[in-house]
Amino acid sequence: MASRSGESEAEEEQHRRVPLRERPEWSDVTPLPQNDGPNPVVPIQYTEDFVEVMDYFRAVYVADERSPRALALTAEALQFNSGNYTVWHFRRLILESLKIDLHSELGFVERMAAGNSKNYQMWHHRRWVAEKLGPEARNIELDFTKKILSIDAKHYHAWSHRQWVLQALGGWENELNYCTELLEVDIFNNSAWNQRYFVITRSPFLGGLKAMRESEVLYTIEAIEGYPENESSWRYLRGLYKGETASWVNDPQVSSVCLKILRTKTNYVFALSTILDLICSGYQPMEDIRDAIVALKTTDMDKQNNDDDEIGDQQNLNIARSICSILEQVDPIRINYWIWRKSRLLPST
Amino acid sequence: MSRESEGETNSSAAEAAPPCPTVTQRDQWMVESQVFQIYQLFATIPPNAKTLMLELQRDNHMEFLSKGLRHLSSSFSVLDSNRPWLCYWIFHSIALLGESVDDELEDNAIDFLNRCQDPNGGYAGGPGQMPHIATTYAAVNTLITLGGQKSLASINRDKLYGFLRRMKQPNGGFRMHDEGEIDVRACYTAISVASVLNILDDELMQNVGDYILSCQTYEGGIGGEPGSEAHGGYTFCGLAAMILIGEVNRLDLPRLVDWVVYRQGKECGFQGRTNKLVDGCYSFWQGGAVALLQRLYPIINKQMEGTSQIFTISDVSEEKGILDGTSSHATCHDGRHEGTSESCSSDFKNIGYNFINEWRAQEPLFHTIALQQYILLCAQEQEGGLRDKPGKRRDHYHTCYCLSGLSLCQYSWSKHPDSPPLPNLVLGPYSNLLEPIHPLYNLVLERYREAHEFFFAES
Repeated sequence: MASRSGESEAEEEQHRRVPLRERPEWSDVTPLPQNDGPNPVVPIQYTEDFVEVMDYFRAVYVADERSPRALALTAEALQFNSGNYTVWHFRRLILESLKIDLHSELGFVERMAAGNSKNYQMWHHRRWVAEKLGPEARNIELDFTKKILSIDAKHYHAWSHRQWVLQALGGWENELNYCTELLEVDIFNNSAWNQRYFVITRSPFLGGLKAMRESEVLYTIEAIEGYPENESSWRYLRGLYKGETASWVNDPQVSSVCLKILRTKTNYVFALSTILDLICSGYQPMEDIRDAIVALKTTDMDKQNNDDDEIGDQQNLNIARSICSILEQVDPIRINYWIWRKSRLLPST
Repeated sequence: MSRESEGETNSSAAEAAPPCPTVTQRDQWMVESQVFQIYQLFATIPPNAKTLMLELQRDNHMEFLSKGLRHLSSSFSVLDSNRPWLCYWIFHSIALLGESVDDELEDNAIDFLNRCQDPNGGYAGGPGQMPHIATTYAAVNTLITLGGQKSLASINRDKLYGFLRRMKQPNGGFRMHDEGEIDVRACYTAISVASVLNILDDELMQNVGDYILSCQTYEGGIGGEPGSEAHGGYTFCGLAAMILIGEVNRLDLPRLVDWVVYRQGKECGFQGRTNKLVDGCYSFWQGGAVALLQRLYPIINKQMEGTSQIFTISDVSEEKGILDGTSSHATCHDGRHEGTSESCSSDFKNIGYNFINEWRAQEPLFHTIALQQYILLCAQEQEGGLRDKPGKRRDHYHTCYCLSGLSLCQYSWSKHPDSPPLPNLVLGPYSNLLEPIHPLYNLVLERYREAHEFFFAES
């Protein structure tokens, strides 16, 4: 290894890892080799250091030695493979046995996260530590997840952990605002929309879905009008009426925003499918919506379904069919789905 | 990015919208431009070249796969606790290609997995590690894929059952390992293993349905834990597990269908979550979810009728409609269903088997040719192996799930689960045809049948 400029040989010696077999404090331990057998498949060409650390780990694990040196060894082992859930588990057993102050453990996890934050084991460990620390860990955990999310706003583990923290330790007060902030930066962030739903349905400070519906509908419609191609906001709007289809069908704001988008003749796929879903739930579109839909039909569709003479159920059926036909054309990747939806509209005998 | 030209009258929305593209938009456009570049190139070349480009690089994939069985570099140290997964990804891919490796290598695999088997039940990520439900799933599926008496007999089912029971939680979920994490993945891997090995019982199934149901989100898909975002991997896991325990009718299936089909985008492949990027592995997770849903039309229809105000097909009142699963795919559980003469308690043991044998031809709900196009043109590495997307490196995980997804597409219209499809349904040369799979377990069908005979012999 080339020496860095300005470093003495002694300093270099310190930076190089001392093998466990050369450390006097480990002289009493016989390392335990891996039982791979003579002809293992998927054999990994471990480095010498890796083999050594794991051989010593196996020895203390089998002996169930819960000591400070074993704790330090787990940290070394996790540097090599942070996915080794057995090492994480044993580390937890040691932390408990030695009654180690867990505040420093949070720091340990944070340093591990810097290396690779997409690791189930590390997040599970974090959750375990936070649970043990209780409410005092709350703000640390909210800050930690916020930090991760500032780098990757859709980080699945971070969001799961954050949700667990809110439910187990609290901290709901600012969460809706946090979602709003994230959505201001990226209105397409579906994780933030999901979190929004989580907050409005579960926060003890808000009134629950029903109570929040009015303000959330306004918020969502504004988002839809800004970017009608954004699937997240459409799904969220639908979600606001979960369990109350009649309210959804009867809310004029829903059909109204659809009409608005339909009239622009751009990015109207979700507006159309929403009308379709509404009709299937009993909605009877008025003339303005029907006209807006008909205006979207291309010439080859005009041959079917002359809506004007029909009324009531048959008229709704025709409009629904028209929507499916239009979608088959303008949303071709989902052609099979729209064909199936159309087939579901036909009453059988 | 001006919105004024769109007839926008709500000025405050335009003011609130940032003037530059968001991270989501930017990332999406980058991927789209790479993918469309490939498709545009494809569109311009003559038919012979097209066929070549669409060809599944069987030999190169085989080489990549068999090499992995024999040797992995030190960079794989981070997968040292996932070695049964490596086995499954590789052996399953080889089986999908209709190939096999030499007997010695197979024997070595059986022996190796046996060393991962814990004396108290379950398989660990490597010899000497703690047993883990996911690696148990991977090990069991590998052994079934290898097939044969020695392989199947090496699984200690009694001990495995004990392990699963210990991992079982009161809330219905399962821990992945002793004091490990609980999520929908754990539910699926546990139930799948128990089902295929014929050790599934009421104790294991207790409350699983409640837990998974609580993970279905407002979007329609399923998340990893209650409250988590709907995600392709967990959606497949949740749906498959619900089918296996006979409670799939409890999910809001029309909503689920709607969410999944919208995960296929203009790139032709599937994304894992709304507004995220396409990834080859979702060819199986999402494609597989749709493949499962296609077999549930009778139940889905009942649910749609139940909520429909005007298009009722039968005289079903709203309250009754949804839970009345009288299709042959819905089976009895805890006497919730009425009318069948058979004993309800043993029905769930045959769900996996009946699922594949009571097959009816149904039109797929997703665009199967488009997905094949993505897999063959964008996910294949010409030198062997398959990947997430262009620009990403190949790996064994993506090879496994891209090929599994490809197989699903090829057989999606078939009248019988293993009858060969018509050539026009297989994109590229007909030699691209893979082996059919059982979509609930992601096992090559032939191997599944052999395992079923072996493990269900007594009953």
